[in-house]
Amino acid sequence: MGHAARIGLIRGLASALGVLLAGAALAAPEAAMQERLAPCVACHGGGTSETEGVPSLGGQQADYVVTQLFQFREKQRAAEPMNDVAAGFSDDDLRAYADAVAALPAPAWSGPAAEPALVARAQALVSKHQCNSCHGADLAGREAIPRIRAQREEYLARSLASYKSNARPGYDPAMNEVAQGLSDADIRDLAAYVARL
Amino acid sequence: MTPVTKPILTRGLAAALACLGFGTASPDAVRAQETKASSAPPASVQVDRGSALYGRPEGGDAAKLAPVAGPPLATAAAKLPLDKLKVPEGFKVEVYASGLANARSMTQAPDGTLFVGTRTVGKVYAVLPQAGPDGKREVKTIASGLHRPNGVAFHEGALYVAELSKIWRYDDIANHLDGSEKPSLVYDDLPKDEAHGWKFIAIGPDNKLYVPVGAPGNIVMPPDTHAQIRRIDLDGKNAEVIARGVRNTVGFDWNPKTKQLWFTDNGRDWVSEDIPNDELNVLTEPGKQHFGYPFCHQGTFTDPEYGWGHSCAEFTAPAGLLGPHTASLGMRFYTGAQFPDSYKDAVFIARHGSWNRTTKLGGDVVVARPGPDGKVAAVEPFLTGFLQDNKYAGRPVDVLVAKDGSLLVSDDYNGAIYRVSYGQ
Repeated sequence: MGHAARIGLIRGLASALGVLLAGAALAAPEAAMQERLAPCVACHGGGTSETEGVPSLGGQQADYVVTQLFQFREKQRAAEPMNDVAAGFSDDDLRAYADAVAALPAPAWSGPAAEPALVARAQALVSKHQCNSCHGADLAGREAIPRIRAQREEYLARSLASYKSNARPGYDPAMNEVAQGLSDADIRDLAAYVARL
Repeated sequence: MTPVTKPILTRGLAAALACLGFGTASPDAVRAQETKASSAPPASVQVDRGSALYGRPEGGDAAKLAPVAGPPLATAAAKLPLDKLKVPEGFKVEVYASGLANARSMTQAPDGTLFVGTRTVGKVYAVLPQAGPDGKREVKTIASGLHRPNGVAFHEGALYVAELSKIWRYDDIANHLDGSEKPSLVYDDLPKDEAHGWKFIAIGPDNKLYVPVGAPGNIVMPPDTHAQIRRIDLDGKNAEVIARGVRNTVGFDWNPKTKQLWFTDNGRDWVSEDIPNDELNVLTEPGKQHFGYPFCHQGTFTDPEYGWGHSCAEFTAPAGLLGPHTASLGMRFYTGAQFPDSYKDAVFIARHGSWNRTTKLGGDVVVARPGPDGKVAAVEPFLTGFLQDNKYAGRPVDVLVAKDGSLLVSDDYNGAIYRVSYGQ
């Protein structure tokens, strides 16, 4: 367990316990939502995830988050612990969580810039597969189409691979269709490039 | 805002722990619930052409267009766009049922129970015929966790449900609306492509099951197994291809006079804002006709890529044109007694509405009146108002002539069923 994860655990426990102690005490709706978000933030971070395999949620399109929480709840998308987390959510809960995470600050890449050769290969792939058509010129998404820029690299790679294998059936099959044409090397390049935007 | 409650908190804490490696949930149990979409597509398909975006010109305004997936949550009854909907003089439109997220194809049992399939939420619903004291009809979920169960057909007490690549039969469905009945597999010799893989199904006057297999992409040379309609015995045997060159039909019905199969077909994308039209087709010689795809579209337009060396005269021309990119889906002949005589044997067509067009078109129910020659010169609006300021307030998917002669219309964007009636 890395340093960041350990801090995340401590924070997560503290937040969750704090909320438990608060019980059903009346609070302003915004404050209540922040408390309900605490377990999410424990893994996903306050916008940018520091946890391997766990996506950043900041600035994510709320309509997209609704479809994903819905798919977790309905077991259409398998991803522990999200299936258990979402199991008891009402439709209103889905919307409330989606609106709350959408308001978190969007992730931004802070490491060294992508190498020019990678940029060239990946931009050709983005053009060939028309990623911008749905995800937008800046890959920040719109409506039910997700923000992917500056998402965690290994999460992007796993998403593309599982769309390609159909292990992850999209809410809409658009990504299952487009991913069929991606090689393993294409997936590596796309994930590395998009993560560094 | 939902009050903070202990179960959610406990679950949240468990999630935080599980995330960091202290979880108690069994990964194997989770995998067992995983919904496998399909295996790899057939090797003969140019797979990178499976995308809905294949064929799009580079850059420009075309890059702003993308398919629109409706939300997974149904719109609350009070927020449905009923006040925006318009029908001709003398007709009335009302909400028949709400709360059916992603409501798609419909079929009705003789007792009035309405069955409704879905494309994105994996569920099949039953709407009970009698409204409760609050005026609302109860909606039951009879199956969930299915893979794109778009097609439903009721026949002799059983409900047939078409997933992407499997067709099931739920026997004695009226007594199993709680979902307890395990279905029997009818037919699964079907491709698993996601592109145009969801299915409309119906049982014809010949007591056979009609099943389309769409083209595995926008514009591709389809393998022999695709871009067709099949006819199958109700036990799943004796499948035969009865129509070829069909890109993607999501609605069909039989002409009550001729007993011939009429079907809608969605035209290809990305050639132009204004062509090709979606088609309304008639099958007159089962097994012998080719309806053009991918060589010829709308009966008059050879494909810029696949049309070379061909003439549209080689293919069966459509009986009617339904507008470019309108996504003409469900269609039924009007066989009821409630509407005026001018609607007798007319065809109602649900146009889901375009995405591959800057100025949206469709998002309505139109009516077509075939002439003595079997051709449709024009369609006229019937139920409109779903398209407001180039945005969808709702999207019609299927039409069904109800037992009482009214017309039911499903809306997958809002998860609702509307009822259009006359003179009551």
